[in-house]
Amino acid sequence: MDPILLARLQFAFTIGFHFLFPPITIGLAWLLVILEYLGWRRNDESYVRLGRFFGRILGLTFAVGVATGIVMEFQFGTNWAEYSKFVGDIFGAPLAAEGVFAFFLESGFLGLYLFGRGRVSKRMHWFSILMVAAGATLSAFWIIVANSWQQTPAGYTIRNGRAELTDFWAAVFNPSTMVRYFHTVDAALITGAFFMAGISAYLILKGKETELAKKSLRMALLFGLVVSVLEVVPSGHEHARQVARTQPEKFAAIEGLYTSQNAAPLVVFAYPTDKPPTLHAPIEIPGLLSWMAFGDPNAPIKGLNEFPSGEVPPLWLTFVSFHNMVLLGIYFIVVMAYGVFLLYKRRLWNRTKFLKLLVWSIPLPLAACQLGWIAAEVGRQPWIVYRLLKTTDAVSITVTSGEILFSLILFVIVYALLGGLYVSLLVKKVRHGIEPLPVREVSA
Amino acid sequence: MDLNALWFALVGILLIGYAILDGFDFGVGVLHLFARDEQQRRLSMNAIGPVWDGNEVWLLTGGGALFAAFPVVYATVFSGFYLALMLLLIALIFRAVAMEFRGKVDSPRWRRVWDWAFGLGSLLPAFLFGVAFGNILRGVPIDRGAVYTGSFLGLLHPYPLLIGVLGLTIFTMHGAIYLTMKTDGSLRQRLVRIASRLWMVMLALYVLATVGTFLVAPFLFVGAAGSIFFWALLGATLAATMAIPISLTASRYGRAFAASSTTIAGMMGLSVFNLFPRLVPSSIDLEYSLTAYNASSSPTTLSVMLIVALVGMPLVLGYTIVIYRVFKGKVVITPDSY
Repeated sequence: MDPILLARLQFAFTIGFHFLFPPITIGLAWLLVILEYLGWRRNDESYVRLGRFFGRILGLTFAVGVATGIVMEFQFGTNWAEYSKFVGDIFGAPLAAEGVFAFFLESGFLGLYLFGRGRVSKRMHWFSILMVAAGATLSAFWIIVANSWQQTPAGYTIRNGRAELTDFWAAVFNPSTMVRYFHTVDAALITGAFFMAGISAYLILKGKETELAKKSLRMALLFGLVVSVLEVVPSGHEHARQVARTQPEKFAAIEGLYTSQNAAPLVVFAYPTDKPPTLHAPIEIPGLLSWMAFGDPNAPIKGLNEFPSGEVPPLWLTFVSFHNMVLLGIYFIVVMAYGVFLLYKRRLWNRTKFLKLLVWSIPLPLAACQLGWIAAEVGRQPWIVYRLLKTTDAVSITVTSGEILFSLILFVIVYALLGGLYVSLLVKKVRHGIEPLPVREVSA
Repeated sequence: MDLNALWFALVGILLIGYAILDGFDFGVGVLHLFARDEQQRRLSMNAIGPVWDGNEVWLLTGGGALFAAFPVVYATVFSGFYLALMLLLIALIFRAVAMEFRGKVDSPRWRRVWDWAFGLGSLLPAFLFGVAFGNILRGVPIDRGAVYTGSFLGLLHPYPLLIGVLGLTIFTMHGAIYLTMKTDGSLRQRLVRIASRLWMVMLALYVLATVGTFLVAPFLFVGAAGSIFFWALLGATLAATMAIPISLTASRYGRAFAASSTTIAGMMGLSVFNLFPRLVPSSIDLEYSLTAYNASSSPTTLSVMLIVALVGMPLVLGYTIVIYRVFKGKVVITPDSY
């Protein structure tokens, strides 16, 4: 088999699986910051119990995230050695900075948060979850810096056969970093909100600790509505405008604009095929894409026909993943808004169908994260670093396809096991419900 | 000291920090396999419970720093050691989740499975790190174009395997000593006995390894023997090694732990010192070796990263010490424990 294809499959699989966990961790950590703050300041036992309950879930999620994250730190070297040599002067720095500024913070304080309850002051305990949330969010920053540099490289020069750093801040705050960072972190907050809302809804449906679950559900809905709206406006909109300016091929691919047009339409729905590039049964809104991207309904937008055929991304996958992500983004706003409406009308608690919908919606933000990531990464192809290095020129030349196949199979088996265990332990934990506060028995 | 030499030293320090900190986690994991009952097993897991995760970050940061400072080494070695590294990663994955999963289902069989995962997930890395280190010391087949030309089986030469066993022994002893600070009574006495025996094994292996190094990598000693720093470091390492059994006999467990940490730092420090400026000697021709100068990032990147390290690492050390102080003393099993 083709070693390049195998290496790409392995990277996509390992990072896709890993990326299921950090969004939950980041979102849940910030919600726990609020829960624990209320527990501490109001001296309210119910928030402390909720904190312990969701804190355990955070611990479980974090463990799988850490375990699968180690692989990512090394995989550039193992499978993408040529890439590592070419970009190491720039790309290594954010990874190292992530370790120094973020990983130490979140890992160190997570231990304090999970094991330190009762050992440290309440103030210190709250501070530790704050540092976990801050560390996880900072960690996302450095990863987005690294990845955004692949999308829109800046602050470098090509020298000695590689990309060398000339301006650190220009590389860090390259044209896509901040807009992508907000988009990603907000997606994590939505994930956390749906996670907490769904679990709380489940507990209410089962009549377990209903009064507590109502508190966490109320919090998750209010929080979720705000972050769901922010994800689309301004975050998603601004991100799309950035892509339109900095990566026109990707923009044309995700929006399904196959030929250059003035007054380009927004394609709401279509079934795309790659060869020849065609949209079947499209539903379009004339001029809207031009207006959204450039503020003028008649603005010209470049279609894929303007680019060399070897330098455009796969069409079907980018279009489908992007459009489904947008669809989900709208769904999140509708669900959260309806939930808040019911809350306001005091009719939420016995709306069984809506509560069930919340439970089943738990994995949807994760799906949206994956789809967005696929649109971003596949949309960058065939480049591994946009217009600098092709993915096909980036793999390790010394690693054989047999070796990659072996490790890929190993990862699939191990990750399937981890994923299955994670879900079943999570379900078990939730079914068990929220525990009463323990009487502190101390034994050596 | 120029920037490249400084970064050579910093990467060395990160790896040494990792070996000392995650080293005792590995040791505790290996000893976990030999724990006698459920209480001992819970004690050993919870002895490292709050801190192991932070300790592992030293590896991630070391990997990141190697990538940032010496990308050619990062790329060449990791792709060259492909299968060995994949095994290491799988082992680390199992160790990480084992602790979290183990207590989540109340069944002896379930716990047994994760005890093994935790133990082997600690044993394998403890051994593999030595093997990797031994291979670096011995030199790996790198050609003129910085391309690795060896094979997986080529990594399993007797010398690196010896270093692997030495590493496993040291980490296990180090873990036993760590646990003496966390336990008391007959369990502690048993740990002291284990640590003392492992100390003797370590000493014998270290002598063997030194002879072995002379035989397989004589170039390491060229130059080093003339340096006062080399002899001072050697003296300090030997003194720390001797301090281990003395402190254990005197029931000074904290001091014994400091001594075993210093021993690890000294042994690795000596190797790193002797390697300089080579990061990875080439066994084909020493001229092809990857060095702090021919495998490094640009001066701009090295300077920027130095600032990152100088700003970040004191902070890290500060709160790490605070966290260790919170969990100082005997293990206490609470409802929040594993």
